[in-house]
Amino acid sequence: MRFVPLAAAGLLALSLTACTAGKEAPPPLGAQPGPTANGTGPAADALPPATLELWHGFSTDVETKAFEEAVAGFTKKFPQIKVTMKKGVQDDRITQAIRGGKAPDVAASFTTDNVAQWCKSGAFQNLTPVIEQDGIDLGVLPAASRAYTEFEGKRCMMPLLADAYGLYYNKALMKGAQPPKTLSELTELTKKLTVRDADGNIEVAGFIPSFQYYENSPSHLGPMVGAKWYNDDGTSAIGSDPAWKQLLRWQKELVDWYGYDKLEKFRKGLGDEWGAEHPFFEGKVAMILDGEWRNAMIANDPDAKDMDYGTAPLPVADDKPDLYGSGFTAGTVIGVPRGAAHPQHAWELVKHLTTDTGSLVTLSNALRNVPTTRAAMEHPDLARDDDFATFLGIFTHPKTSTLPANVNSVFNQDAFSTFLTQWEKGAVKDLDAGLAGVDKRIDDKLKLSGG
Amino acid sequence: MMASTRTAPPRRRRGGAPSPAAPSPHRRRGEGARALLWLSPWIIGVAVFFVYPLLSTVYFSFHRYDLFTLEFVGLDNYRYAFSDARVLQSALNTLWLVVFMVPAQVLFALGVAQLLAKLKRGGGILRTIFYLPSLVPVVAGTVAFVYLLNPATGPVNQVLAWFGITGPDWFGSAAWAKPSLTLLALWGAGNTIMIFLAALLDVPRHLYEAAAIDGAGAWRQFRSITLPMISPVLMFSAVTGVIYAVQYFTQAMIASRVASGATDSAGSTFTPGYPDGSLLTLPQHLFHTGFRDWSMGLACVHALLLFAVAMLFTLILLRRFGKAEVAS
Repeated sequence: MRFVPLAAAGLLALSLTACTAGKEAPPPLGAQPGPTANGTGPAADALPPATLELWHGFSTDVETKAFEEAVAGFTKKFPQIKVTMKKGVQDDRITQAIRGGKAPDVAASFTTDNVAQWCKSGAFQNLTPVIEQDGIDLGVLPAASRAYTEFEGKRCMMPLLADAYGLYYNKALMKGAQPPKTLSELTELTKKLTVRDADGNIEVAGFIPSFQYYENSPSHLGPMVGAKWYNDDGTSAIGSDPAWKQLLRWQKELVDWYGYDKLEKFRKGLGDEWGAEHPFFEGKVAMILDGEWRNAMIANDPDAKDMDYGTAPLPVADDKPDLYGSGFTAGTVIGVPRGAAHPQHAWELVKHLTTDTGSLVTLSNALRNVPTTRAAMEHPDLARDDDFATFLGIFTHPKTSTLPANVNSVFNQDAFSTFLTQWEKGAVKDLDAGLAGVDKRIDDKLKLSGG
Repeated sequence: MMASTRTAPPRRRRGGAPSPAAPSPHRRRGEGARALLWLSPWIIGVAVFFVYPLLSTVYFSFHRYDLFTLEFVGLDNYRYAFSDARVLQSALNTLWLVVFMVPAQVLFALGVAQLLAKLKRGGGILRTIFYLPSLVPVVAGTVAFVYLLNPATGPVNQVLAWFGITGPDWFGSAAWAKPSLTLLALWGAGNTIMIFLAALLDVPRHLYEAAAIDGAGAWRQFRSITLPMISPVLMFSAVTGVIYAVQYFTQAMIASRVASGATDSAGSTFTPGYPDGSLLTLPQHLFHTGFRDWSMGLACVHALLLFAVAMLFTLILLRRFGKAEVAS
């Protein structure tokens, strides 16, 4: 049975080598002299012919058509480069492809949750050398967009399109009232607009304060009080920032006014967030927190398109009026994965899609997302009705914030959301101790992750 | 002079029986090689698809591994996992499924199979009706159940209300979420029902006839004839049921996601286990830790824990059924 130790040795060797999978040296991005700053001219022609593979998350016909049009602008500029696209690709598939050495040349993601890990691990290439080489001024991007596309000084992503969050209100249900500007006004208006039946069940809600309702995540609501997620050293600031307590106490007071059970019963009976039975479309909720993309969904819904509604920035803490006009932002990000076959070509494509004004305006008009550069936002061809312009204003507001990139982004949001569920149902007796517990969970995980 | 004719005593095997003529060492090696050759597909399969992944899992569990970089951290992942309340919660949820859902499914399937086996007419239609749900895709079935059991708009609570009963919150309540999943499991027990039905129909009729002549009632016949005769099938169902429950993932994840109404969008993530972590099973926690949190080393600890739990239950069941078989 001499084969037994031999087989064991073989298995051990396999085990030990498994960890080295996908560690091939990537082709260097930015090692060659770059083309001119705008990607045109002789240097652009000097790029040899190539076929690029681009993976993205867009999936509907409207989205993919718009994206193809934006890419067509690039191939017109670089006729020697072909681009093949794969739609509906999620982050885990991108990660696995990079690990397996089968990375596309360019990949885009809908969420910003993995940016820190991608930048930290080198899964996506550092774009700073080529940005500097091409003289791109990142000052054309708002600070929040810069923040969610880099980690610890390493920029491995560029913002493609952005989402901004504000308040939608149903004018018919508001009965002439103006959108609230402070949390006190929101509370007052919510109480005024809420309709109940004889048993106290909610028929129409003024505003649903539950953290479990659709877009009411702590990330989206936090900017109303200027709440901070992390300290400078990456540890959790949730327990130590009084703004979170201010938000939570306001929220709980409103939940209790509804009655937790009544509110939950109402919430659970509401239609799908992405379907035609959205409660805002059906007039069941007077005011909602939502992204700029809801404008397009309302316009495209045969029943909701005639709804008389308006948009406004989110109301803010009464003692922080300077926050009014700001909100939460994040968005689609795009970069060049490690192992891309044509990194220089790939960078030219990323640069075109994220900085070319015409391309951004085309995409924004088709998808009704916020374009990221100031030039695109000010471009006369950008469709900007009043309801959409609200979100352009929120996106560019200096106090607008994002969820900063963090290696445990999903975990941290889970940890906080789990606590908030307990909080709003009244299971937390000591808010300070509860938030300290959230801090501990986040910090312990950060330590385990080597932070 | 007589030549000595002493011969060596015959070799005896441990059982005491004399052995046949011993083959030469060369022949033994040849037989061994041939046996290994015939076994090699299995050996290679086990080595590649079981031993190697298992060793890798153990190896990675001692590392900080984010799918790209690897760093040895000793027992840190183990220390973290055993102090993480979510691990305990997910393990207890999985245990609940093993202890309640599996027996419920086995008993339900056995009961239905007994009824189907006794039917003189309409058996074919009823067999089809009971089997059909198991053909429904898991995701579609789960989504349908969540809608049916919606406390505000679902037809189940509306029907209950006609009888003056206030229906529970089903998938929205931490107390009712797992029982709701159990209902879903019973609805989809068609495969198990068919296996039991085949086993029941395989029991020789004359045993029942003889027992009936001896005065044995229905319960005695079931206990003394049916159960012993179908015990291998029972064991198979119980063991596969336990393994299935330990790996329970899709239904819990889908029910949780649909009932919560939460989606992944910018700045908003879905927390598995809604409501209140009651549907968070160990495989879900493992997946989330590895592929959403990028903590693959920690996820490997969860995987080993899952493996240990599955092995423990399987061994317990094998022992129990082994003893029962010997007794019968």
